[in-house]
Amino acid sequence: MTEMTLVEAINLALGRAMEDDPAVVVLGEDIGVDGGVFRATVGLQKRFGSERVLDTPLAELLIGGLCVGMAAQGLKPVGEIQFMGFIYPCLDQLVNHASRMRNRTRGRLTCPMVLRTPHGAGIRAPEHHSESTEAMLAHIPGLRVVMPSSPERAYGLLLAAVRDPDPVVFLEPTRLYRAAKGEVEDNGEALPLDRAFVLREGRDVTLISWGAVLKETMAAADALSAEGIAAEVIDLATLKPYDENTVLSSVAKTGRCVIVHEAARTGGFGAEIAATIAERGLSSLLAPVTRVSGYDTVIPMARLEQHYMPSVERITTATRKVCQFS
Amino acid sequence: MIARFEVRRRDYLAPDGSANRPLPAFATDAKLLVGLYRAMVLLRHFDRKAVALQRTGRLGTYAVSLGQEAVSVGMASAMQEEDVLVPSYRDNGALIWRGVKLEEILLFWGGDERGNDFSGPVHDFPFCVPVGSQAPHAAGVAYALKLRKEPRVAVCMFGDGATSKGDVYEAMNFAGAHKLPIVFVAVNNQWAISVPLRLQTGAETLAQKAIAAGFTGEQVDGNDVVALRAAAAEAIAAARGGKGPRFIEAVTYRLGDHTTSDDASRYRSAEEVQAHWKQEPIARLRSYLVRQKMWSKADEEQLAAECHERIEAAVERYLATPPRRPETMFDHLYADLPEAYAVQRRELSGEHDD
Repeated sequence: MTEMTLVEAINLALGRAMEDDPAVVVLGEDIGVDGGVFRATVGLQKRFGSERVLDTPLAELLIGGLCVGMAAQGLKPVGEIQFMGFIYPCLDQLVNHASRMRNRTRGRLTCPMVLRTPHGAGIRAPEHHSESTEAMLAHIPGLRVVMPSSPERAYGLLLAAVRDPDPVVFLEPTRLYRAAKGEVEDNGEALPLDRAFVLREGRDVTLISWGAVLKETMAAADALSAEGIAAEVIDLATLKPYDENTVLSSVAKTGRCVIVHEAARTGGFGAEIAATIAERGLSSLLAPVTRVSGYDTVIPMARLEQHYMPSVERITTATRKVCQFS
Repeated sequence: MIARFEVRRRDYLAPDGSANRPLPAFATDAKLLVGLYRAMVLLRHFDRKAVALQRTGRLGTYAVSLGQEAVSVGMASAMQEEDVLVPSYRDNGALIWRGVKLEEILLFWGGDERGNDFSGPVHDFPFCVPVGSQAPHAAGVAYALKLRKEPRVAVCMFGDGATSKGDVYEAMNFAGAHKLPIVFVAVNNQWAISVPLRLQTGAETLAQKAIAAGFTGEQVDGNDVVALRAAAAEAIAAARGGKGPRFIEAVTYRLGDHTTSDDASRYRSAEEVQAHWKQEPIARLRSYLVRQKMWSKADEEQLAAECHERIEAAVERYLATPPRRPETMFDHLYADLPEAYAVQRRELSGEHDD
């Protein structure tokens, strides 16, 4: 076991995946010689050569489309979109091709590809670099949308994504790239996709989150614990398809639920979870399901972004309210 | 002056079926030439039947190839089976040449995904509806072929409208930078639904768009199947030989409507269409074949009967294909259906969890 950052765990998993399977090809802008703007692919081109670690032209649509073509020909492409704000040009490829190639050809052609991109605000980046539009991706049938929140899960889930026979969008919490540290063993073991992780058990309220904001959510759970509120914390990890059973059984136990996400509120993925609980878990609810989210605004640039993102205080305040509801 | 470029135009057969200049060697092979003719005629008969099926409510919206049969057939005839065709939605002729069954094509246009599950060649791409979005796929395919050092070529077909999209340029640009084994074919039928070529581009030719991507573009008379096959064979051989991509602009004309949902008389004159009927590829090759004594009236009648029989049999199989059960829409959503959606599948099939 070695202690490493989340981005180092990503790099470790990519190296392992390429070592294990010669069909794995990594591609994107600046990922070769430069090793990626966050250094997620550092050293890979030296190890595996410029044909398997491919610097592409600056063209996101192309990156998505190349992945589709490569995957249909038996390669396992792992594309990188430099920031989530630049993923939109390749949405056409995700919606119209990657996610449905298996379906539209009845399994004749498939699309085992991974598209990685940094996700979320909080690194004082320029405009368009702090997007958190995961709900948009989670709406696309045939895709998987995965978001790790620790180095260990980044390593295990990325390996799982690369080995998955279907297309996976892998959203990496930018704010945690270097802020999250943890023990990771390079044992080549994948973690399961489509499963949520219970990070902390509790009887009073369920806190559900994913990505970078789990840091605040866990801090809130600590603070609430000091007040005698035992919060169960779930890292959803895979948003599409998401693990309804873990969510519902937790809410059945606690009777209360707060969903925390960085994305805007309207149509955010929190709404999906709340709807599931309303449909299938209403009888166990002791209080309304509540969301702590980003606002329905454009994500502000550096000077205001901390006010946009859910803070420990916003999470604890909302959770106290939910716990006091009777 | 630091650079100078030229765009070549290739043709062999004049509209009246006479030869403009000596034909390439393959044209002396009567069997091959007649084969190209037969494929074009089959496509025209097939189109006619498909439109009739659509008009009688037995097929969905259909895109006819009327007038541009030479492009599909000429290109496909120069490909090896192991090459990869990445077609647009109007490339029925190329798919048929490559072995896709007529009933599979009818199934697709009849609203059934099983039509895209070709019985062969299994690596070819399905019809691509979002215009030009298949070009990056072809580049990805070609990259995979090059990486694995396989002597195979990707052939990507799209219309003139697609050349206005970034998708096509992005794919060409990448293919040029990496000298990929790929041939891009712009089927310039001069109308992108109602928008004529002069409003599509300010460029004199589409072929010259290849120059910006670093490789050769050539304009070909797209109604001359001999020219098409010659250009395709040359481009495919060059790509296979590691010489990188080529671009072929096949100048043809869409004699029919864009699809069965379109009425082209709203935006173009009957005179224009009439003038182009004098250029069309099937009559042109027939005249040549007849002049060369490679083809007779009796051959023509026999071919018509064969086409009729083959198409009717395919239509029968298509119409007899039982519909899928509704819940099969989940069957190829993922390799293994996640439990969350298995619940929905059961809901659709009438099974209930509770």
